[in-house]
Amino acid sequence: MPKDFATSQEVRWCPGCGDYAILKAVQKALADVGANPANTAFVSGIGCAARFPYYIETYGFHTIHGRAPAIATGLKLANPELDVWVVTGDGDGLSIGGNHLMHTLRRNVGLKVLLFNNEIYGLTKGQYSPTSRIGTTSPSSPRGSVDAPISPGQFVMGCGAHFFARGVDTDKVGMSDVLRQVHAFTGTAFVEIFQNCIVYNEDVFANFTERKTAADTQLHLKHGEPMLFGENNDKGIRFNQETWSLEVVDATDSLNEVLVHDEGNAIVARLLIDLHLPVAMGVIYRQPAVSFEDAFYAHHPSRMERKKSITDFIRGPSSWTVD
Amino acid sequence: MNRNNDVDSIVIRLAGDSGDGIQLMGSQFAVSTALAGADFATFPDYPAEIRAPVGTTFGVSAYQINLGGGPITTAGDAPEVLVAFNPAALKVSLPLLDKGALILINNDSFTARNLVKAGYDTDPREDGTLNDFQIVTADISHLNLEAVKEFGLSKSEGGRCKNFYALGMLLWMFDRELESVEAWISRRLADQATMRDANIRALHAGHAFAETAEMSANLSQIQLAEADMEPGEYRSITGAEALALGLAAAGELAKTQVMFCSYPITPASPLLHRLTRLAEMGVGTFQAEDEIAAICAAIGASYGGMIGVTSSSGPGIALKTEAMGLAVSAELPLVIVNWQRGGPSTGLPTKTEQSDLYQAVYGRNADTPLPVLSASTSGECFEMAIEATRIAIRHMTPVILLADGYLSNAAEPWRIPDMAAFEPITKNIVPESDDSPQRRAFTRDEKSLGRPWVTPGMPDLLHRIGGLEKDVETGHISYDPANHQRMTDMRAAKIDAVAEFIDDQRIEHGPDSGDIVVVGWGSTYGPIYQATRRTGVSFVHLRHINPLPRNLGEILGRFDKILMPEMNNGQLSTVLRDKLCMETLPFSKVTGQPFLIREIVEKIESLRGDV
Repeated sequence: MPKDFATSQEVRWCPGCGDYAILKAVQKALADVGANPANTAFVSGIGCAARFPYYIETYGFHTIHGRAPAIATGLKLANPELDVWVVTGDGDGLSIGGNHLMHTLRRNVGLKVLLFNNEIYGLTKGQYSPTSRIGTTSPSSPRGSVDAPISPGQFVMGCGAHFFARGVDTDKVGMSDVLRQVHAFTGTAFVEIFQNCIVYNEDVFANFTERKTAADTQLHLKHGEPMLFGENNDKGIRFNQETWSLEVVDATDSLNEVLVHDEGNAIVARLLIDLHLPVAMGVIYRQPAVSFEDAFYAHHPSRMERKKSITDFIRGPSSWTVD
Repeated sequence: MNRNNDVDSIVIRLAGDSGDGIQLMGSQFAVSTALAGADFATFPDYPAEIRAPVGTTFGVSAYQINLGGGPITTAGDAPEVLVAFNPAALKVSLPLLDKGALILINNDSFTARNLVKAGYDTDPREDGTLNDFQIVTADISHLNLEAVKEFGLSKSEGGRCKNFYALGMLLWMFDRELESVEAWISRRLADQATMRDANIRALHAGHAFAETAEMSANLSQIQLAEADMEPGEYRSITGAEALALGLAAAGELAKTQVMFCSYPITPASPLLHRLTRLAEMGVGTFQAEDEIAAICAAIGASYGGMIGVTSSSGPGIALKTEAMGLAVSAELPLVIVNWQRGGPSTGLPTKTEQSDLYQAVYGRNADTPLPVLSASTSGECFEMAIEATRIAIRHMTPVILLADGYLSNAAEPWRIPDMAAFEPITKNIVPESDDSPQRRAFTRDEKSLGRPWVTPGMPDLLHRIGGLEKDVETGHISYDPANHQRMTDMRAAKIDAVAEFIDDQRIEHGPDSGDIVVVGWGSTYGPIYQATRRTGVSFVHLRHINPLPRNLGEILGRFDKILMPEMNNGQLSTVLRDKLCMETLPFSKVTGQPFLIREIVEKIESLRGDV
């Protein structure tokens, strides 16, 4: 039951924060897949999202700013049997902790990384973040921010990620589906979750998250199925060979031109990440590969069980006796 | 130098280009010397550049060995024998020598071009520069190439054998056997038969050359006294080797695997290299993306139930300090090794210093105390690694173990300890009770204040930890003002409690009260040991710096003057003034070079004049 994954701690996010919906979705997903709470650990850094471990009835470690992927890597190495989840945000994961995220992804450490992207620093009261769009006005950018934002999807693809998915905080069905697949993945499963900060950046994603128009503004991808969207699946995505880009096409007319989603195709994944309307959701890219912990222990199948004693090593290459 | 005679001990310095294989030659000479019953201490002194421009003074790599009857505790003050492979090596080493020293020169390298590179306007062999020394010259490069000619090597391959040619000469001079070096070459070059045979040939040729009439007119054999060492089995060991074995031994004593996470940095990397070979002993190594990730992964491993260890040098330790605070707050065990080097900033990466003591004792945000230990000799790195791990697990705290660049590389004979003499390392048990898992995970031992080591995967003990302040009883987040005071007091009391478990301070030697006591810590042990022996004053050496041994103040109070030689600007003096309210006499040397015995002797003698 999802409520089995709730702790006794009072949840202290702002009323109406998108984090509540994400917490519910994760609790439900853990219940759905039958996760063993004792074998599950949530590791977080600093920020609003980082409070997550206090509210979920598993093991949890609320660490320091940006470092959760590094700490989680050590934890996974020490005990690869654990399901280790990392909860981070756009500031924690892509600014102060960008380096650790990069190396986690290239190593393909068996971590499930949930990046709550709200394009703003919430806990420090509303400064612009590395995903904020140019011109974002905030306490630290009263005349509008001038630095270009990073695309989380392009970042993780550039780092050599093997799994990239997207979801919207309040989309129960979509989130539930993505989280199940995240749970099943061996290696780093990275999810960008569009999360609405109602205090400092309200409705920044409203152009594609509004329920009423979502069918026309979101493209929910399924491996092996045509990329269709719209109220009646009447629109599709095709590849324009002139411009080397994706474009919307009327699916009733030209169904045979609509791309079929191949989640192992990194080039199309990069194009999908940059698609603006509709916004691609679900598992955009998945290309399984050996996980870091499996490679790490390939030469020590017993996980470094002690086979020799210090007395076997202590003499070094040569020793001598003094009588 | 007193030639043609038996001598008690002798200091030899080998110097050449950083590509000449000097370090290898030195360490092989040390081992063959130990096999003949001598005590020894070494000082590898190499440049920061991997292959500095050939023939330059800043590219000189040197290896100093002090050997003979014991106890030998330093690499020696002034070399009595210098082997100079090129003019730059001669130029750099000459100021270290006393008059009368023997200099063996490789003639072949004294070309006009190399003389200019070394900054010599005229040839020092002919212009009187070396008048006060005994000079032996040999065409080492040329002779070596002749010796290995039959192997058909290229000129550069053949040239690479010349360190073994010179080693052969040296081994003859000190009447040492060639077998151990030969065996080493055979092992090391097992899959390169030609190079193996060529190096062995060079070794024998050098030995034979020194023995023949060609050289014996100028050079005679030196018989060294055998060391009076405690009976037992010995090996040669560097600090990095000893610390690696010590961590593995600590894991065995705790019946727990060790996860070592680090980022490459001079002079800390040798420990990482050593540990990669100990997987069968339950040691894992993770090369992280940076210093912060290294300590964070070690913390993650500790959280997961392995003994997390990280290691670095001052600049890297600085980057790790925020994460140390997390380990203090979360009450997780962690061992942090600092191989100190010259600073500030990048400073002198390959030179030794003891200037990170403030950083270790005081260098974190907030009231964040943690235990600080220090290793005195290469061999002692073994037991201090065990001690650091024991404290970390007993008190559930990060522990800093200070070593330095000198210890990392310096080799000494080490009596192999009896592992049965070490107490097992035990973990605090989780209390059986009906309390919540959160509270049980933070129920601390009354004496050590260490909490149980609860790790993910344990059933029925689900709880949360983190860097936010927590309730002293329940372990839940707490912003209560009075609770923060109690937690701050508890964290201080926990570190103070370490003093209840450690050995009392002892006096190394000398009277137990009097005019002068010399107090040291870390790798200054060697020179202070010799200087205090020679002058007969008392010597106290610290291994536990935070907390200090309980009886230290009482011991030091029995002396009129407390002299503190340190390779920093007086940091331990400040710590003792802080912790014991004692005035001391700082004696600082911050040149990147270890203290010479005579520098400390002179200081003691000048102080005595005042007494």
